[in-house]
Amino acid sequence: MNVLLDHFAEFRDGFIGTVEITAVSSVIALVLGLLLAGFRVSPVPPLRFFGTAWVTLLRNTPLTLLFLVFFFVVPEIFFPGMSPFLLGSLALGFYTASFVCEAVRSGISTVPLGQAEAARSIGMSFTQTLSLIVLPQATRTVIPPLSSIFIALTKNSAIAGAFSVAELFGWQKLMSEDGYDIVPVFLWVALGYLIVTFAMSGLFRLLERRMEVAR
Amino acid sequence: MSASVLYDAPGPKAVVRNRIYAVVGSLALLALVVVAVVRLSAKGDLDYAMWDIFNYAGIRQNIAEAVLATLKAFGLAAVGSLVLGVVLVVGRLSDHKPVRWVATAFIELFRSIPLLITIYAVWIGFLADYSMWALALGLSIYNGCVQAEVLRAGVNAVPRGQREAAYALGMSKTQVMVSVLMPQAVRAMLPTIISQLVVTLKDTSLGFIILYPELLQTARLIASNTQVNGQYPYVSTIVVIGTIYVAMCLLLSALATWIEKRGRRAKTGIAVSAAAPVSGDGPGSAPASDGADGPDVAPAATN
Repeated sequence: MNVLLDHFAEFRDGFIGTVEITAVSSVIALVLGLLLAGFRVSPVPPLRFFGTAWVTLLRNTPLTLLFLVFFFVVPEIFFPGMSPFLLGSLALGFYTASFVCEAVRSGISTVPLGQAEAARSIGMSFTQTLSLIVLPQATRTVIPPLSSIFIALTKNSAIAGAFSVAELFGWQKLMSEDGYDIVPVFLWVALGYLIVTFAMSGLFRLLERRMEVAR
Repeated sequence: MSASVLYDAPGPKAVVRNRIYAVVGSLALLALVVVAVVRLSAKGDLDYAMWDIFNYAGIRQNIAEAVLATLKAFGLAAVGSLVLGVVLVVGRLSDHKPVRWVATAFIELFRSIPLLITIYAVWIGFLADYSMWALALGLSIYNGCVQAEVLRAGVNAVPRGQREAAYALGMSKTQVMVSVLMPQAVRAMLPTIISQLVVTLKDTSLGFIILYPELLQTARLIASNTQVNGQYPYVSTIVVIGTIYVAMCLLLSALATWIEKRGRRAKTGIAVSAAAPVSGDGPGSAPASDGADGPDVAPAATN
């Protein structure tokens, strides 16, 4: 009778799946995004070019296309037999990394010039300037855009469900194929996503408050 | 801060070191490409026959129809989302509380649900036999909410004196909205609106999941129905059709950037917003919408 009560175990698994793929691909996106941002401001031209090319290309690629590439082309080249979960997280992480990179880069440009100049004048190298002086100060301005990027990532993780990763969209599909009315299914799935996204924006708001300084 | 602030002008030692990094980095990239090519050709994905299928008239016809199908869904969704966006923003800025509440609730609900979930529900629930309309409707609902927030930021960015002057002249509420606020809001937000249209174009790829024969679904159909040397040409079809798709998105993005630059050159009126980074599917978060008090803090079309 009730979709949720009848299939709570599957719903729980789907919810956990959504949380898992969100967490894993967030980590990938964050690490890769920071690295790419470093590339884009680095003194080495090919690295700069690589960063720019990555961002331009990936930002204009439909995510579904990226999933297709990761599920049909990548296994032909590297590590055949990777699990759909891993492939999905990689696709999602690579895609989101380009947005993280842009957010970090615009954060870098908000740090006052004098900071980097001072760091250089006491003899710090590029890596030191970036990682010890500029990035820590950029964190505060980067957090609000990162919050919306990661919420978008959560929502995009639904696409992984269509590529046989167990998560909430998979549950919606399963239930509607079982012949349940779509409206309650839709509302429960929506609730599941709302829980994840609200938890995430709460977390980011907390972070923001922690980092706040009196000016 | 420009990038060059982060490092000194390289001296002789640093020049050598940077060159080494450059060579090593390029070699690593090249190695990646070589590995890809070797592995692909070992699997037979680079055989002439695999790519020859795109010389067949039938397959070209399929691809042309798919491009048309994608553009059709995009066109419908673009018009639908802009119309819905205007309706919702008028509702959200209305003087009547119930109207405002309904519009706000609608925007917040559909903006925070993954687009795919909405499209799938519309498809299964209401338009099971019309996947194009299901896709267009789902895209319109979601992107309409996003466009409404963009327009709201634009309306709020119009200097207050404009509205006051219009009321002082005796214009009605509708007149003020239609002939004073909206034109300025649209002009200021045009780059962001077009960026969001790029997102809409990218999201038509979700038609793949509801079996609408757009570009990616066609790619799957071609690959699974054509057999070359006992293999299915997934790699070649994905590469060819993916390139077409990405090229379309790049073109539309370039248009957004061009309009932004043009807008910045003209020094009249209110500031033109930046062509927001096009991310996945629109301002991702509810909190992002709160800072709608100027083009600078316009909900950056993230994701």
